[in-house]
Amino acid sequence: MNYSNSFLPAAILATAVFIPTSIARAAEMDDAIYWQFQVDQLESRAGDGADVVAWDANAWIGNDDHRLAFKSEGENPIGKRLEKAELQFLYRRPISTFFDLNAGIRHDLRPDPDRTYAVIGVQGLAKQFVETDANLFLSETGDLSARLEAEVDWRLTQRLILQPTAEINVAFSEDRRIHSGAGINTVEAGLRLKYEIRREFAPYVGLHYERKVGATANFARGEGEDTDSLRFVAGVSFWF
Amino acid sequence: MRHSIHSLIGLAAVLAATLAGAPPAQAGTYNLEIARGAIDVAGRPQDAMTINGGIPGPVLRFTEGEDLTINVTNKMDVDTSIHWHGLILPYQQDGVPGISFPGIKPGETFTYTFPAQQSGTYWYHSHSGLQEQSGVYGSIIIDPKTREPFRYDREYVVVLSDWHKTDTPKTILSNLKIMADYYNYQQRTLGTLLDDVKKMGFGAALADRMAWGDMRMMPSDIADVSGYVFLMNGRNPDQNWTGLFKPGERVRLRFVNAAAMTFFDVRIPGLKMTVVQADGNNVRPVPVDEFRIAVAETYDVIIRPTEDKAYTLFAESMARTGHARGTLTPEMGRTAAVPDARPKQFLTMADMGMAHGDMPGMDHGAMKMDHGKMSHGAMKMPGGDHMMPDGTMMKGMDHGKMGHGAMASNPKDDPFYAPGSGLMPKAAEGGKFLSYADLKAFRPLYPDREATRVIEVRLTGNMERYIWSINDVKYSDAEPIKLKFGERVRFKFINETMMTHPMHLHGMWQILDNGSGKYNPAKHTISIAPGTTVEADIEADAEGQWAFHCHLMYHMASGMFRKVVVERETAEIAR
Repeated sequence: MNYSNSFLPAAILATAVFIPTSIARAAEMDDAIYWQFQVDQLESRAGDGADVVAWDANAWIGNDDHRLAFKSEGENPIGKRLEKAELQFLYRRPISTFFDLNAGIRHDLRPDPDRTYAVIGVQGLAKQFVETDANLFLSETGDLSARLEAEVDWRLTQRLILQPTAEINVAFSEDRRIHSGAGINTVEAGLRLKYEIRREFAPYVGLHYERKVGATANFARGEGEDTDSLRFVAGVSFWF
Repeated sequence: MRHSIHSLIGLAAVLAATLAGAPPAQAGTYNLEIARGAIDVAGRPQDAMTINGGIPGPVLRFTEGEDLTINVTNKMDVDTSIHWHGLILPYQQDGVPGISFPGIKPGETFTYTFPAQQSGTYWYHSHSGLQEQSGVYGSIIIDPKTREPFRYDREYVVVLSDWHKTDTPKTILSNLKIMADYYNYQQRTLGTLLDDVKKMGFGAALADRMAWGDMRMMPSDIADVSGYVFLMNGRNPDQNWTGLFKPGERVRLRFVNAAAMTFFDVRIPGLKMTVVQADGNNVRPVPVDEFRIAVAETYDVIIRPTEDKAYTLFAESMARTGHARGTLTPEMGRTAAVPDARPKQFLTMADMGMAHGDMPGMDHGAMKMDHGKMSHGAMKMPGGDHMMPDGTMMKGMDHGKMGHGAMASNPKDDPFYAPGSGLMPKAAEGGKFLSYADLKAFRPLYPDREATRVIEVRLTGNMERYIWSINDVKYSDAEPIKLKFGERVRFKFINETMMTHPMHLHGMWQILDNGSGKYNPAKHTISIAPGTTVEADIEADAEGQWAFHCHLMYHMASGMFRKVVVERETAEIAR
């Protein structure tokens, strides 16, 4: 498993530093350390504008009380330069039956110039089995922004799943250099039809819609870019 | 009384192992060797852990009063242990690593020595990690010194267990921790929604979905693990474990549920069974058509097949995911029809702790549930009567919106299930299904006396994170439960989860309060159904440190476990 070459040992080391009491108690079976590496989306988007490969992945390691998490998402237009790429390193702990608190650092390699943010957020399972992830980001330039994500699995059969997703990005101030206006920046919506060949592996097809809003849309228009796009997607989600 | 072939094979295995060892065999000495082996019950060989080369391990047969020496040798590369389930013994001999002793290291032999102080059907298993799921279990028969209050001509041990077709125990636990519904392939789908719309109408079906969605729970969550093949004496249904009888003989069947996660509903189509023993203790005989055996329980039944024909021993999993099967026949090679699977069971709101009928001590005013939002469409109320036992009407319930059409009446509900429970057992071919309420001690083990205090044991959990706990605290974060030597305490089990938990106390009996007073039955494992409260008295007559836990393997492994310490009050004794 190649992914583990750099991340996992580092994460295990960091976990050990973070939670010495848990390591000391690791003899108890109910306090064991588990981990998961998950690619939620790895897909090709085709339709309006250039074809894009997009990904959304995450990983975690830890026990019931303390976890270290990693998230990454991004888009790469096929044959062109990387357009969006974001990494997050988070400490995670449960704050209620269904919700976790996340705190850590986000670093965007793209867009140019790169940005580093402090992250604080809450993620978990809301009523009606809606997976939610809400985060606040404070950038190194002092700009505050937020992102709200929601996703739900509707089972058509035991293995066929219709998955609507939604994402809203909001900025509380303008960061002109990365073309981010104040107010709602972008709205995204997706509808994917997945088939779980097994729990760990599900190919899918679907639609992805993205719209830039307000000042951010004006920035885009200024650059001669589209402000919205509807694309067909085909991809795979998997975990181990 | 003739010993069964099975028992003889077991004894032979013990004897062979004894002879193979260096010291000459002496009365009361038994040898067990735990080693890695292979098992083929799922169509291909899979890694297993065997005792004396087999799964299950040999039937150990002792006599009451005998001084036992049992050498357990670890031939594996990991630590192991053997726990004598249900036996009353000094705690250092109980075999729980970290509580009774350090465990048995690779290559080492641990010698257990203790007297057999009781008689009946019991069993033994590893208490290390998840080894029980890998095959480290076997049965124990202790013959009584005095005559038993029932007669039989022949006997068989029937060990029921579950074996996973694809995943190792470690993988199963890891999958559950990562995704608690990993093994649930009975989830609600568009198809089941359309079925429900047809049955109860769109509004009620949607309201029911919303009620479960609000709780983020699934009514199909009856067994955490699927993908099992179910075994009878180590054989899958096709391998068909077979026992012989002569028509007219009384046959004693000693059922042991050695499964990691599976409750079985047991029946023998065409035959009545008379339950004579529960968890090793004689009970007043109860003729039944079917009984549910919780994980870790034992039941002895006597049957008397008079016809010259084969009978199927059928043990269906409570979640209806499959069955274990064997045959009793006058001659080898004959079989009987194997019953069809019954429809899947689904939990109801009653199993979610929203039972309004029979929850003693429940403060309805303080209930967290918003009744206005509850869907009563899927609720099954006994007799359609909403009167509470204390005579008051249910509060906040909108009777106008209730789906009375979908309600089922069952005047003979089992008091050990929440009224309207989806798990309520019912005999497949009609007739009597054994209830805990039917178990009356043949002879009480202890004089009847009032418990001096009540210890609340709330069975709790977080299904989403697959954390199981007692009083909301998992084992690694918990303080031990302390009992005073000689006291009688009452455990008040309150099941706040949607799963059934077979709670097992080591070293001491739990005297189940089923309303029989001094004839309340003594058990080593008490199964508590969702949404119910069950009480049991414990005579703290065994000094030392003991394990107390849910016997569902992955619940135990993820926190539903406590250490119980029984201490003498030395200061008082010194005076």
